[in-house]
Amino acid sequence: MQQPNRLKPFFENINFEREDNTMMVNFGPQHPSAHGQLRLILELQGEEVVKSRPMIGYLHRGMEKMAENMIYNEFLPTTDRMDYIAATSNNYGYALAIEKLLGIEAPRRAEIIRTMLLELNRITSHLFWLATHALDVGAMSMFLYCFREREYAMDLIEDYCGARLTHSAVRIGGVPLDLPSNWIADCLSFLEILETEIKKYEGLLTENRIWKMRLENVGIITPKMAKSWGCSGIALRGSGIKWDLRKEMPYGIYDELDFDVPISHTCDSYGRYKICIEEMYQSSKILKQLMPMYKKSDSQLMAHAPNYISAPKEQIMTQNYSLMQHFVLVTQGMRPPVGEVYVATESPKGELGYFVVSDGSPYAYRMKIRAPSFQHTALLEEILVGLQLADVVTLIGNLNIVFGEIDR
Amino acid sequence: MRKYTPKDNVQRQAPFSDRFFVSPSVPRFDISNDEIFSKDYESFTKAFKVKDAYIEHTHLVLNVDKNDIVEIMNFLSKELEYDMLIEMSAIDYLAAKDGYELFYEMLSLSKHKRLRIKCFLNKDDAVESITSIFDSANWSEREMYDMLGVKVLNHPNMKRLIMPDDWYDHPLRKTYPLQGDEAASWYEVDKIFGKEARDVIGPEQRDPAAIDRYDTERFARLGHEVPYQTDIREFEPITPISYQEEDSSKIMKKLKPEESVVLKRRR
Repeated sequence: MQQPNRLKPFFENINFEREDNTMMVNFGPQHPSAHGQLRLILELQGEEVVKSRPMIGYLHRGMEKMAENMIYNEFLPTTDRMDYIAATSNNYGYALAIEKLLGIEAPRRAEIIRTMLLELNRITSHLFWLATHALDVGAMSMFLYCFREREYAMDLIEDYCGARLTHSAVRIGGVPLDLPSNWIADCLSFLEILETEIKKYEGLLTENRIWKMRLENVGIITPKMAKSWGCSGIALRGSGIKWDLRKEMPYGIYDELDFDVPISHTCDSYGRYKICIEEMYQSSKILKQLMPMYKKSDSQLMAHAPNYISAPKEQIMTQNYSLMQHFVLVTQGMRPPVGEVYVATESPKGELGYFVVSDGSPYAYRMKIRAPSFQHTALLEEILVGLQLADVVTLIGNLNIVFGEIDR
Repeated sequence: MRKYTPKDNVQRQAPFSDRFFVSPSVPRFDISNDEIFSKDYESFTKAFKVKDAYIEHTHLVLNVDKNDIVEIMNFLSKELEYDMLIEMSAIDYLAAKDGYELFYEMLSLSKHKRLRIKCFLNKDDAVESITSIFDSANWSEREMYDMLGVKVLNHPNMKRLIMPDDWYDHPLRKTYPLQGDEAASWYEVDKIFGKEARDVIGPEQRDPAAIDRYDTERFARLGHEVPYQTDIREFEPITPISYQEEDSSKIMKKLKPEESVVLKRRR
């Protein structure tokens, strides 16, 4: 019988003292391996999990509500705070959705710069994932090595937009800035370092006995489960389904790029680790292809759509009508066409989608953000059952969930 | 006269609208333009009644009756190979139509196509859960109930997902104020200290930019430090700014720019 008081509130539907020999473990919300504010209520039989109930909402900031109360440009920096490990992928998904709603296209150079940033973000995100996942499983030095390389990648992004974590480097209709003069050379030397370093990570982990014991045959997501639970990204590809939106439903300039989509048929955590490593090589390959494309491209950075997007600064300062347009767009906001769009992009975590309902006013009538980690966390309800307690930590790390985008 | 504010929609409204401005619409296309969609649509209409159907931005949108939703999902996943429920939620049209519009965003991995099922739900009606067909609906339906108050029948674990279980009202409704309502401002006080402490503590400060310049508990007064919890409402002590190195401290030395080096490259 629970005896609630101020310090011990009443736990609804949970009986901590049980007669059937199972034990309740309250995992989180403040747990270093929970990768944020995840509360898991686990029912244990010995060390085996027989029931798990994930609880979320500790980082809920009401992003969707904010989106309904901000003009479209105003909301863009807020999207940074969703998947804060790879902020540009959120910005890009949002900007792309609004561009589709407006029916405009970003100029080619802007699209190339965006793709560069996206792939760089994918690398930082995967490095971060590898670092924290390995740390959870017990490989402390991996954490330090991966963070060192992630630091260089963040320096590159800082060179471009001045921010390291919350980039907001994409605008609706293009990008605000061209690349700094030395950026491409710096990026190339970074990729060189990265590729030699990833080989070292592989040397440390891939055939490591402990690493394999902790990951192999742990957290098996069958293809049927993956489809039913709405998995995407590495979780889906790890189940042997070749599905990468960049390849299968290409957006931006991804149809011009040559890269492979690694998949794994083992359906376990080890397979997903191998995909992650391979994806970093592929991102590096994409970045190298983008550099000559950038040099050949035209210098225009923002789309020309006077109804929706301000003219370039130079024009605003010299031409009266552009200044008027700019004033209206900043004070009132753009008024997109009436309609609904759902636009999905492949973020490092999986399918990131924005469903935007516009009623023609400067504020979105409804914005539903489809975060990949949300469904992956829901999956914990089923997938943890039957695993050992130690595997819970492995699997939370392995699914690469980020609470900024789960709670939104 | 006091400015009129509508009670059924307290969200932010455009401050100014041109009387003669007519919003354009996102173009809608006929289904016959797309080969795969027209085939799907044909077999779909044989089994179910469709109120409205069109293609909007590469998605086939089908407006259906809410009572058919479980059979429709079954049909879509088994017969038409739309094997993933990517996203589902509702749109609040309580003010305009006294109900919600539910949308189910489907994806077909084999056909590389996306489809959206929409249905209208009256305010007091409930929709059948589709958790038995798609597990991803489990949390999505919980979130939909939590955020908008849409009632779902036969859900295995219908509880609030994001907000606390005892939260009052549904935050994504258009009637829910942006700063939180009266119940929200007392929620934490009631929960932690009890209702009797309301007078002592006061409602939660919901302005994130609020700063009390006399607060010596939570704010540092850089350069004008006073002991913790000192009451400076009446009298603020004068704290002249002085630098450590001026009193020839052993720890800090004055920076001599001519002795510093700027590195060309990262070490």
